[in-house]
Amino acid sequence: MALLKARRLDYPFIPEQVEALRAGQFVLVSGLVYTARDRIHKYLFDGGKSPVDLKNSALYHCGPVVIRKDAGWVVRAAGPTTSLREEPYLPRIVKEHGIRVIMGKGSMGKVTEGACKAGGCVYLHAVGGAAQVLAEKVVAVKGLYFGEEFGLAEAMWVLELKDFPAIVAIDSKGRNLLRRVKSASLRMGRKLMKSSDPFIP
Amino acid sequence: MKNHVQWESSLFELIRRTSVDLPCDIEQGLRRACKTEKKASRARWVMETLLANVQKARDLDAPLCQDTGSLIFYFQVPVGFDTNALVSATRLAVARATRLGYLRQNTIDSVSGAACQTNVAYGAPTFYFEQCARGTVDVRLLMKGGGCENVGKQYSLPDESLGAGRDLEGVRRCVLDAVVSAQGNGCAPGILGVCIGGDRATGYECSKSQFLRKLDDKSPVKILARLEDRLMKEAKALEIGPMGLGGNTALLGVKIGSMSRVPASFFVTVSYMCWAFRRRGALLTARGGFQKWLY
Repeated sequence: MALLKARRLDYPFIPEQVEALRAGQFVLVSGLVYTARDRIHKYLFDGGKSPVDLKNSALYHCGPVVIRKDAGWVVRAAGPTTSLREEPYLPRIVKEHGIRVIMGKGSMGKVTEGACKAGGCVYLHAVGGAAQVLAEKVVAVKGLYFGEEFGLAEAMWVLELKDFPAIVAIDSKGRNLLRRVKSASLRMGRKLMKSSDPFIP
Repeated sequence: MKNHVQWESSLFELIRRTSVDLPCDIEQGLRRACKTEKKASRARWVMETLLANVQKARDLDAPLCQDTGSLIFYFQVPVGFDTNALVSATRLAVARATRLGYLRQNTIDSVSGAACQTNVAYGAPTFYFEQCARGTVDVRLLMKGGGCENVGKQYSLPDESLGAGRDLEGVRRCVLDAVVSAQGNGCAPGILGVCIGGDRATGYECSKSQFLRKLDDKSPVKILARLEDRLMKEAKALEIGPMGLGGNTALLGVKIGSMSRVPASFFVTVSYMCWAFRRRGALLTARGGFQKWLY
């Protein structure tokens, strides 16, 4: 694929390296990440204890299709889920657990910009729906927590990634790529609505 | 119903294929759109990733997207056909597809929060039945993920904030607003199903049934076909691009239908379907045997 220049981000994440990323850059993430979606976020927000130390780690908004094989698990499909739903929970979780990388999809607002700024954290946007291309980047399933309580889609999976592609959507200075796109489209939308050319049958 | 096993197996095959194999009209739409994006741009990278994903899902016989969505079945059956038996065969097929990983455990009890292991529960899957004067069964399946379902919108006209009155210009404004509010969050480039009229429930039903139309068709109602074309051009001008990362392609298509309404209500309902447009259909014999693929 003809592509923009890629920057690497390897676990364990080095704070300076995360902070050097800029909105709009293309990154390849390797190493351990923890999946977390609606249930896990609410649980951690409500003061639930994390089964693992999340300091300087990545939360991946993803509910994979995983099936049992022999003694382990195989990822059948895994891509990002909409991150905006987790936005209200993020500032507290990023702060209390020292999260450095959030991975997901879709636009995020001021609350996440603030959380990224305060925590030296970035929000990485992966390609939504690309569950096969992205499942291939999951090289191993290293663990499972809360599978019973929250169900397999909502559980916390420990995944090992290799060269997982994403765009920096919000950087640690709070710059937000999708906000820029949205502002421009809002302006154009207003212009099109004011159009002197109404739709008349 | 006789041949329960045959029915289950045909319906299972429909689910499997819907989950792993993007229909040809949509794939062609993605290819066309990909070419309009600048080389080495973020938009081009997204489009190329989507196309690679389509191929990989097909090759690996694995779900296109991990959110295998709500399953909506549309059946047209011969007069006097036993639809209860059809429902039970479909439920068995859904449970098997879940067990084999073609569907994610994707059904949650809304009160207790408990996850359902089989995807068979009250309201899951959804069924629509219609009788028709034919000896065959026409079945179509939509698998619609939650991300795109969440960005759907319903407007009640007049809408002062949009300056939208009770006419087609008002409809145009609503649809534009829906595209701008959705940004890339429904996994753009998506396809819009729009219903003018109906009530709060049938409006959404009709807007979703627009997804059964082929991507390259045009509304048989001339004025709606014109509105579809215009909205496609305007959506492009918004430069939302794939995944909302900027670019030309916010939408692959706009499909508009209409229903009658009561004088007091004028709803415009917009449903959004993501690029992973999982829609398949089959014509089955009255005994459940496979006759031909639709789409």
